[in-house]
Amino acid sequence: MTIASLHCPRCGAALTTQLFLHLACKQNMGLEPPRYCVSCGRRMKVQVLPDGWRAECREHGVLTSAPS
Amino acid sequence: MATDNPDILDRARIQVLRDGTGLDEAGVRQVLHLPDERIAEALQLAHEVRMRWCGPEVEVEGIVSLKTGGCPEDCHFCSQSGLFSSPVRSVWLDIPSLVEAARQTAATGATEFCIVAAVRGPDAKLMNQMREGVKAIKEAVGINVAASLGMLSQGQVDDLAEMGVHRYNHNLETSRSFFPSVVTTHSWEERWSTLRMVRDSGMEVCCGGILGLGETLEQRAEFAAQLAELDPHEVPLNFLNPRPGTPLGDQPVLDPKDALRAIAAFRLALPRTILRYAGGREITLGDLGTRDGLLGGINAVIVGNYLTTLGRPASEDLALLQELKMPVKALSATL
Repeated sequence: MTIASLHCPRCGAALTTQLFLHLACKQNMGLEPPRYCVSCGRRMKVQVLPDGWRAECREHGVLTSAPS
Repeated sequence: MATDNPDILDRARIQVLRDGTGLDEAGVRQVLHLPDERIAEALQLAHEVRMRWCGPEVEVEGIVSLKTGGCPEDCHFCSQSGLFSSPVRSVWLDIPSLVEAARQTAATGATEFCIVAAVRGPDAKLMNQMREGVKAIKEAVGINVAASLGMLSQGQVDDLAEMGVHRYNHNLETSRSFFPSVVTTHSWEERWSTLRMVRDSGMEVCCGGILGLGETLEQRAEFAAQLAELDPHEVPLNFLNPRPGTPLGDQPVLDPKDALRAIAAFRLALPRTILRYAGGREITLGDLGTRDGLLGGINAVIVGNYLTTLGRPASEDLALLQELKMPVKALSATL
């Protein structure tokens, strides 16, 4: 199965085979905000705030963490 | 039988716990070399020292990045350097968001809110943002404002003090002898110079560093002794969280036993300082490590998220403090 439209939020690489291809990235995402847009793989502007984060892709808009 | 070379923890029990005089570099080195089976003993003694000379209260702080990324310096551990292929992009926080971050921090019971910028030193734009931001926070939120903006001129020190900045953070990061292996775009001595100006201004001095950069135990002891010479109000202890794209991106995480030895050793070198758990504790020591540190000399924590990475939820740290019967320091006690 190919899922060409998705990208790893940690390293930005296209997930061209399976979603769990980036197991190492997945394991390291626990204390990381996303850095790359999952839709296009662009590097996002990310602001980490005391109780959350805000990430902005210039093509796909703003993503925020769930309210704590 | 009498000996001219007493056990280091026996010596520390008298010199540090009873008399309040920190261990020197050689003493710290001995603590850092203690065998694994004596770590618990060292932590217990460090805890007693903290309780005797600082008391049971824990100072809680939150931090936020006012200006993220794009830094011209080459600190090899830092994902915010513009010289490395880090995924961190440059971005500024606006003033309403800064005030909201201060409000979120105060809601945890924190007494300190540190505004940080990834810069060599502040330019006019950053100083203007600070002036506006500090004023807005002071009008809206009951919390002490600290700042960390890199190296300062005397005029900038004076301006920050005049704004009402309570404490200034500028980490030496590591020992003087190891610093050139970690940073090449400025010197340890330049950092020291800023710290002296901050001290003379009346602002509180916050100065610590990062353990696990590749320094030897001897250099770690040297660093503790250099901090003791500076005698800062607060020493934040970070543990390297290797960042992708930085020169230290593949550096192994510090062994948790070495981290615990270091916590005890730094407390025994600095019996009266605010010794703060800062970044990297989660990945180096895990959840149990937070407890071990708080029972081993630590008397302050950064709660919530860090500058570019996430931390434990503040509620988990606050619940742990309650369980350990360690009261959060009140704002009135800091003024």
